Amino acid sequence: MYNVKLPAFEGPFDLLLHLIKENEVNIYDIPVAKITEEYLKYIQMMEILDLNIAGEFIVMAATLIHIKSKMLLPVEKTQEGEEIDPRAELVRRLLEYQKFKEAASNFSELENKQRDVFYRFIPDEVKDGDEEFVEVTLFDLLKAFQGIIAYLPKEEVLKITREEIKVTQKINEILDKLEITKNINFSELFDKTMNKLHIIATFLAVLELVRLKLIKAYQSKNFADIQIIRTE
Amino acid sequence: MEMIKVKGVIEALLFVSDKPLSAEKMLEILKDDVNKKDIIGLIEELNAEYSKENRSFRIQEIGQGYIVSTISEYADWIKKLYKSKIIPRLSKPALETLSIIAYRQPITRLEIEGVRGVNVGGVLQTLLERNLIKIRGRKEGLGRPLLYGTTNEFLQYFGLKDLTELPRIEELSDVLAGGNKNDVTTGTQEIQENQN
Repeated sequence: MYNVKLPAFEGPFDLLLHLIKENEVNIYDIPVAKITEEYLKYIQMMEILDLNIAGEFIVMAATLIHIKSKMLLPVEKTQEGEEIDPRAELVRRLLEYQKFKEAASNFSELENKQRDVFYRFIPDEVKDGDEEFVEVTLFDLLKAFQGIIAYLPKEEVLKITREEIKVTQKINEILDKLEITKNINFSELFDKTMNKLHIIATFLAVLELVRLKLIKAYQSKNFADIQIIRTE
Repeated sequence: MEMIKVKGVIEALLFVSDKPLSAEKMLEILKDDVNKKDIIGLIEELNAEYSKENRSFRIQEIGQGYIVSTISEYADWIKKLYKSKIIPRLSKPALETLSIIAYRQPITRLEIEGVRGVNVGGVLQTLLERNLIKIRGRKEGLGRPLLYGTTNEFLQYFGLKDLTELPRIEELSDVLAGGNKNDVTTGTQEIQENQN
């Protein structure tokens, strides 16, 4: 399976800007019918090539057709009697995107320059720290998790109600807690009254946060309680 | 302590530091001997000496701190030494997303997607992993979405002293609009405060 992406266009705005430039039309007076036609031709080409068309391209196609149809209707006016150009919002967004595209190419130049500049590289072990901590492994986390699970009441009355628990929600909860205090004990993340699903979701949230390098899990010595801190 | 010795201390501190070292931090260490202005002056002196002696490195000012870096003339050889450590360039979507964050921070994912017109989930992940952006908190309101901002590593990656060094977004040449008046609003002034 190949996932081909046309390299030139990062999204519908990028494609539209290209079409506007290619057809040498005024961005403040876009011939919507013409541009829509070209845009759709491009989408069809993507289909023929069996490319994965991102949903955003389709949404933009719909927006263009919507604007095109609005252009055919009598001009709407605001309460003050000003004419509303159905294209105005699209133009505003295109121009905004264009600015950031420009900014991105500036950053790219800076990146190129800076890539030839090197800094001292100090291995992690030498870096200072007030207290000596070892970063825990996944297995340490799993072991600690088993400890938490062990506290669960053995027999649970079965409840039919199902509750949707999202890991992202737990991620947010953990980040919120870390906003208040600098570090928390791993076991403090788990409330005794939590049911199994909540506990599992919380644990998955911890793993995800470690993966994203948003938090670090530390232990001062073997078997000590694991500390969760926010990475800076 | 004699000034020549103080200069040596500053050089030594910068030599061992792998992160930008602020003048304040150096002052903390050297407070009995000098003031902040002296430190900045001595750093300039050091740079002048390096330049005069054709040394391969300079002291660079990055994100309110100073760090020793090699100069670009020597890049080819260092790249041979550090073959495996050369990190890939940022992709076009990553650069676009990053510039939106740099100019508009703190900003939510949805707001970034509004500008780019495409999903940025994967790109944000990459930028987080590369420490170029960080979560800065939450926006009040529905769903309390996460807010993203740039990091000090971001400044270092692009060799910037601070965000005010960036061209103002309004001034970026505009091929299509040819100097459009109804400009996109930005928070360039806010950026400085937010960075601290």
